[in-house]
Amino acid sequence: MGNDHRHLLAIADLGREDIIRLLDSARSFAEVSARPVKKVPALRGHTIVNLFLEPSTRTRMSFELAAKRLSADVMNFSTSTSSLSKGESLKDTGKTIVAMGVDAVVIRHKSAGAPRALTGWVDCSVVNAGDGMHEHPTQALLDLFTMRERLGGLEGLKVAIVGDIDHSRVARSNILALGKVGAEVLLVAPRSLLPEKVEEMGARVTGSMDEALAWCDVLYLLRIQMERVAESRFPSLREYTLEYGLTQTRWSRLERKPLVMHPGPMNRGVEIASVVADEVESVITGQVSAGVAVRMAVLFELLGGGHGG
Amino acid sequence: MSFKARAKVLDADDVSRVLRRIAHEILERNKGAVDLALIGVRTRGVFLARRIAANIAEIEGSHVLVGELDVSFYRDDVATRRANNVGVTNIDFDVNDMTVIMVDDVLYTGRTTRAAMDALMDFGRPQVIQLAVVVDRGHRELPVRADYVGKNLPTSGNEKVKVSLEEVDGVDMVEIGEEA
Amino acid sequence: MADSVLIKGGSALLEPGRLTQADVLVADGVIRRAGKGVRSQAARVIDASGCVVAPGLVDIHAHLREPGMEYKEDVASGSRAAVCGGYTTVFCMPNTEPAIDNASVAEYVFDRGVDEGLCMILPHGAITVGRAGEVLAPMGEMGKCRAGVKGFSDDGSPLVDAEIMRRAMEYARTMGALIISHSEERSLSADGQMNEGYYSTFLGLRGIPPESEEIAVFRDIRLAEKTGARLHLAHLSTAGSVALVRDARRRGMEVTCEVTPHHFSLDESALMDYDTNLKMNPPLRSRADIEALLEGLSDGTIDAIATDHAPHAPHEKETEFDVAEFGVVGLETCLGLVMSRLVEPGVLSLEDALGKLTAVPAHIMEMERFGYRARLEEGEPADIVVFDPSAEWTVDPRTFKSRSRNTPYAGWGLKGKVTHTLFRGTVVVADGELVGAPETATLPARDEASTASTARAEGTKAKG
Repeated sequence: MGNDHRHLLAIADLGREDIIRLLDSARSFAEVSARPVKKVPALRGHTIVNLFLEPSTRTRMSFELAAKRLSADVMNFSTSTSSLSKGESLKDTGKTIVAMGVDAVVIRHKSAGAPRALTGWVDCSVVNAGDGMHEHPTQALLDLFTMRERLGGLEGLKVAIVGDIDHSRVARSNILALGKVGAEVLLVAPRSLLPEKVEEMGARVTGSMDEALAWCDVLYLLRIQMERVAESRFPSLREYTLEYGLTQTRWSRLERKPLVMHPGPMNRGVEIASVVADEVESVITGQVSAGVAVRMAVLFELLGGGHGG
Repeated sequence: MSFKARAKVLDADDVSRVLRRIAHEILERNKGAVDLALIGVRTRGVFLARRIAANIAEIEGSHVLVGELDVSFYRDDVATRRANNVGVTNIDFDVNDMTVIMVDDVLYTGRTTRAAMDALMDFGRPQVIQLAVVVDRGHRELPVRADYVGKNLPTSGNEKVKVSLEEVDGVDMVEIGEEA
Repeated sequence: MADSVLIKGGSALLEPGRLTQADVLVADGVIRRAGKGVRSQAARVIDASGCVVAPGLVDIHAHLREPGMEYKEDVASGSRAAVCGGYTTVFCMPNTEPAIDNASVAEYVFDRGVDEGLCMILPHGAITVGRAGEVLAPMGEMGKCRAGVKGFSDDGSPLVDAEIMRRAMEYARTMGALIISHSEERSLSADGQMNEGYYSTFLGLRGIPPESEEIAVFRDIRLAEKTGARLHLAHLSTAGSVALVRDARRRGMEVTCEVTPHHFSLDESALMDYDTNLKMNPPLRSRADIEALLEGLSDGTIDAIATDHAPHAPHEKETEFDVAEFGVVGLETCLGLVMSRLVEPGVLSLEDALGKLTAVPAHIMEMERFGYRARLEEGEPADIVVFDPSAEWTVDPRTFKSRSRNTPYAGWGLKGKVTHTLFRGTVVVADGELVGAPETATLPARDEASTASTARAEGTKAKG
């Protein structure tokens, strides 16, 4: 897809048209998920391997469901069951997968660039389901899908992304994707949670949550992790909530409520107050079902023909 | 590849006559419009279904349900064909125990019809499925037969039949020609 | 003159900084005559017309992996790679297993070089025992042993504790040793994979900020000024480091430093495809850093060019980026990169470039104590490289003599190709092909510093 039509490795490889086409196509697949029989034979006879080398139940389930709704056969290969925990290299795992004759590998890996490396060792399609701090392209696509369905369009949309941008592949993919479709991105975090020169990826930066709230159409909250306190990225969860949490006070003060999104799982009481989370839950669960549709669109486009040729 | 027309087979009046006749035949065969639904196969089948439904409404004074079906996901040649952009399927009624008439522009190998039937079955269990087409050009590869045919048109394998409709192409007609 | 070789018609570096049309006659391991129109009944004549004739290159910084990691490289394969790249002296780093932190390991490595007999292999010693950064290694003993260790470094990892670095410098000063600093402030570079900046952000790789190097460079310069120790800074990669060295020089300090070909020929943007062959420490830096390195080379701030030849096995590179080893092989591509990226664009004159590859590193390592000065003068040991400065060639790692292939330069077109390498008067590379080791290598030992003068006397006799 993008530069190489066999793989989806990064939003960075896609053009605006690629993104819009996938979002359009995801709409048809969303309709499939609403049918009494939530399954079409499009990828019958195709085999897809979910190679999840980093724990992730949600994304793996979403890809598995997407593949099954397209009638593909799915094999799950995760850290606990794989030989990688016994020291087998990714290259050898890739070769093994090739020998099994699969059509696509969906890979989640803690190392940035691992999906791209895998393309050199396998002859099938590779889909990046999240690699280190690099990218999580299908998450960004499902987020754009949700924004587009809820707000009608993407161009000129004002999106604030709040939290640990530095460690977030979701943030990187969204910054790039939103930029490509003409949305504006504001990153909201203390400097200690922002990567170097992130502005050059096409985003503005602020340290003020209130500035962001007054500005944005979409408030995208990232999950904050306790480990970052030990890394001296911020002093405490309490202070994070104080400065960057979507608290009840902040929420109730807002006259114009933005669309609140979160890649999940939410830390209630930390980045979002529990009461606010309840109020905006439908959007966040909507993101989950959009995830299945978007991943169906991606798999169908890579394996079922779709655009191109 | 583009289409190079050699002869016009049906003009606008012919098309409209054919659709009216099919509407009559549907009503006659099914003894009225009770539990009747028309499902157009994307793209042109959808508009044909709407027109037939309008004819039925005119003739019988009763409203029939119309749905839209995209068969991209059901094709048996997805791997080799590289489909165009996927369209939306829209069947917002219960097809169980209905008499469903699938509408398409041209019946050729029968593979699209097969895919459409598969797709339809995923929505439920109709009492009867029938098939209406504007042109049957022969060369079947599957045991499929149309219940309502606008025109039987013997063709050779390298010929092509093009159905144009006002809603998509700006004009109603049927032409025969070749790929150019 | 049975084993004599006449190198005829080349452009020879007869004295530092000056290339002249000259012939060089070599016999019995030493240079007999060097000048215009040398006539001789030499057993072998090398036509060097159109070629440059220079002292054999001296690499102040290579990793030959022996002992302990011979699957990556050993002294024998490293020697073969070296002479094919035009090198006749290679200083190898002590990050082996076990580390070169005592006289017996140092002599083992040195002797392996003598056994192979293709070039001089001179080990650097570790500053601390086991390179653990805790207890000083016996610099005195290593200095006095057969290997004559002069340079001490914990290269591969920095000496973290500033107090230990201070004491090491004080001790090294007394022992007449040189401290080679791998300048890296680890608390800033921990888990780092590449230069910190836009590209590390874009690729989601942990960054290594330039300040990690610069803080360590500053620390070691200040400590060397305080202790009076001789300091050499390895593989400088940032504009800030070059500025720090320039400032220290201005204060009259005698610090020396080196730069590698990869740091001046490639920048961080090359990493966009996560090619692990581009993963090295220090990392490839920014365009601006390269500009500063080029300026430092041309204004003389940067003394020497070293390869930091760091071989790794395929399985250590064909892996996830953050799992892959740091390092790149360099012995067989260095001269081509210097010619193509420094001499061709006019950053350095050919003469200056050759100085930074020969006499300057030889001087930094005080090779005079071996009677070696890397000069083409009568009576000097006949370590000579002949190369065609305008010959174009394509880098093909499959032809490397090194045991490892981890190079980012595969497919690059380079200018400047070695045609002949002579070690102690014996042709070890002829027409670009490895010929083999001399049967009786006459390697000078540390206590044979008089060899050169003896040879010079003999040379005079032969002439007469």
